Amino acid sequence: MSILVNAQTRVICQGITGSFGAQHTRGCYLYGTRMVGGVTPGKGGTKDANGLPIFDTVERAVRETGAEATMIFVPPALAGDAILEAAWAGIPVICCITEGVPVQDMIRVRAVLDEMNGAKRRFTLIGPNCPGIITPGPKTGTGEVDGSGRLDPYTNAGCKIGIMPGYIHTHVSQAPRGKAVGIVSRSGTLTYEAVWQTSRLGFGQSTCVGIGGDPVRGLSHVDTLELFAADPETHGLLMIGEIGGTDEIEAARWIAEARKGGMKKPVAAFIAGRTAPPGRRMGHAGAIIGGADDTADAKIAALRDAGVEVALSPADMGTAMAKAMG
Amino acid sequence: MKIHEYQARELLRGAGIPVPPGRAISSAEEAAGAFAEATSGQRSPLAVVKAQVFAGGRGKAGFVKLVKSADEATQAARFMLSNRMKSPQTPPEGLEVRKLLVATAADIADRHGGGKDEFYLAITTDRKSRRNVLIASREGGVEIEEVAKRNPAAILKVPLHPLLGLQPFQARQVAFGLGLAGKLVNQAAAIMLALSRLYVEKDCTLAEINPLVISPDAAGERRVLALDAKFNFDDNATFRHPELAALADHSEDNPAEVRAAAFGLTYIALDGTIGCLVNGAGLAMATMDTIKLHGGEPANFLDVGGSATEEAVTEAFSIILADARVKGVLVNIFGGIMRCDVIAQGIVNAARGFKNRDGSTGFKVPLVVRLEGTNVEAGRALLDKARTDIPTMQAATDLADAARRVCAAVK
Repeated sequence: MSILVNAQTRVICQGITGSFGAQHTRGCYLYGTRMVGGVTPGKGGTKDANGLPIFDTVERAVRETGAEATMIFVPPALAGDAILEAAWAGIPVICCITEGVPVQDMIRVRAVLDEMNGAKRRFTLIGPNCPGIITPGPKTGTGEVDGSGRLDPYTNAGCKIGIMPGYIHTHVSQAPRGKAVGIVSRSGTLTYEAVWQTSRLGFGQSTCVGIGGDPVRGLSHVDTLELFAADPETHGLLMIGEIGGTDEIEAARWIAEARKGGMKKPVAAFIAGRTAPPGRRMGHAGAIIGGADDTADAKIAALRDAGVEVALSPADMGTAMAKAMG
Repeated sequence: MKIHEYQARELLRGAGIPVPPGRAISSAEEAAGAFAEATSGQRSPLAVVKAQVFAGGRGKAGFVKLVKSADEATQAARFMLSNRMKSPQTPPEGLEVRKLLVATAADIADRHGGGKDEFYLAITTDRKSRRNVLIASREGGVEIEEVAKRNPAAILKVPLHPLLGLQPFQARQVAFGLGLAGKLVNQAAAIMLALSRLYVEKDCTLAEINPLVISPDAAGERRVLALDAKFNFDDNATFRHPELAALADHSEDNPAEVRAAAFGLTYIALDGTIGCLVNGAGLAMATMDTIKLHGGEPANFLDVGGSATEEAVTEAFSIILADARVKGVLVNIFGGIMRCDVIAQGIVNAARGFKNRDGSTGFKVPLVVRLEGTNVEAGRALLDKARTDIPTMQAATDLADAARRVCAAVK
């Protein structure tokens, strides 16, 4: 089991003919993701290097392929439009990798998505400015295309939507400890670090979600923790946050409430930026210390109060998870 | 991105928000003329001369002056343009001032014979509600953070609808809430509406009028006026605002940070001795944290990003090593988009071509490299082969090992 995506999920790429779009479509295809096509306006009717059909519009792609998830690689100026096109075509999982989307665009897009969703979430936006989402499958092949053009996928039961390196992830069936953790993070490479550490300690991952480093985005830490808490195959929750905003404080509050409601899954966390100077934007548009709740120390304190095992060093994210799992 | 006060006044004026007469000058010779323009036909015989720099502490440094005559304006201008401004917020050698604002010193009316009528008005984006919000306070002219601490009830907050923006009824509500009456209500509401439109149109992250005042015009009629304004803009939106990019003044930027940006690198100078070269903002922050936990001090934040070329990596090294305080460098790469072999080749090229101040080539400081992720085997092989060219290099097995090694090496 997993959250949001699995081996059956049919995935398209918006911006499939751009250099990043093409490169990462191939990466996902080789991993074993069920890639069914892509969209580039004006290139409809052609095929990409993997033989996947290209469509002019998302609406057409959905009609022809039954796509259920999309990976967006269009330039920042067009990203808001691409997200809305996907939602209006009825794609439930929208993953926007694009970095540098204007905040005002995301305020409008998020408002429209919230209105479309109403009380029940039909559309899930992941990102923007994120590495994507992956539900690892058991490693079965080389992840290469042989001389005769036959694909030997890296896994045949996994789904990678995004730019993360697939091989660092472990399916629970191949994890010596026989347990899977769910990982949620605002950062890309720091997520890989956490995945790698948990894999090396003998854990698998049910699903890993990079929610992105922008101030206005789709999934929050709380949204993702809720999904993991409800997934029977996720045995532990690992949350990686950073300075800026109050997402992690809200997560701490949610964890404390969920515990009262009987949520027993172990939770571990790491917050990046304890040494970051206030008022300086640390790379991510969202990583800037404004108020007192924005600091790493405030977030760490709130998480500890909620009974979360907090790693102070990023080198200890895996061991903190292991400790929480007992 | 930020702009200067004189530019902010132009933005307000363009949006129909009244500001006191005044203009920017860049030589003392223009001061007398600017003084005459700022004071003619005004009730107030006074003007104010203000240095246009981003650094704070202008008043105490003598770079904001109230002047009574053209002569005084000229004197003040000559002083500010020929001396470097020094304040706790400037570099120790001070800042060169190139532009001054000469404006009417508006007369601030007493409301009921009591306190001065100075208000605070701002629009910013609230991450939690994912809305732009209008913030207003009766206590203008001071830092809003202080008001928030001392008297939170004095701050009014109104969310802007994400698609419709601020509505006139909301603006009137705020104007009444500020205690305004009569014609002043509609004047203030019009300013709020104009400011909120400006905020969205120009992709601001902060649009602040502080103070907004009530000042009698030449005929003695009380009017709402913006005395000072501050704008910050979303760097992600500069592509659609060439008009704002043209206003940018990079003279106070850290030169190393500007140089890094030209190569797609995010560099922030800090005070320590261990240079960092990392891919990804989160991992870069976490690497700094690890160094500190092992007893070291990071010299910088440097994110090479996801698509750095070998040239960018070479440039990153030269920026890091240009800081004379750097005694060791930690490279921490977890390849995703970034391929480890590209980083490794960049390291090798940088080491081979690096020129020290004494004319010798190659890295002199200890270098600890930790590689993981996409194409890691190829990256490690490249570094292994080049070992004789980089004798100060050590390979680390993981993040903790890397931090331990670099901290030990700089001790």
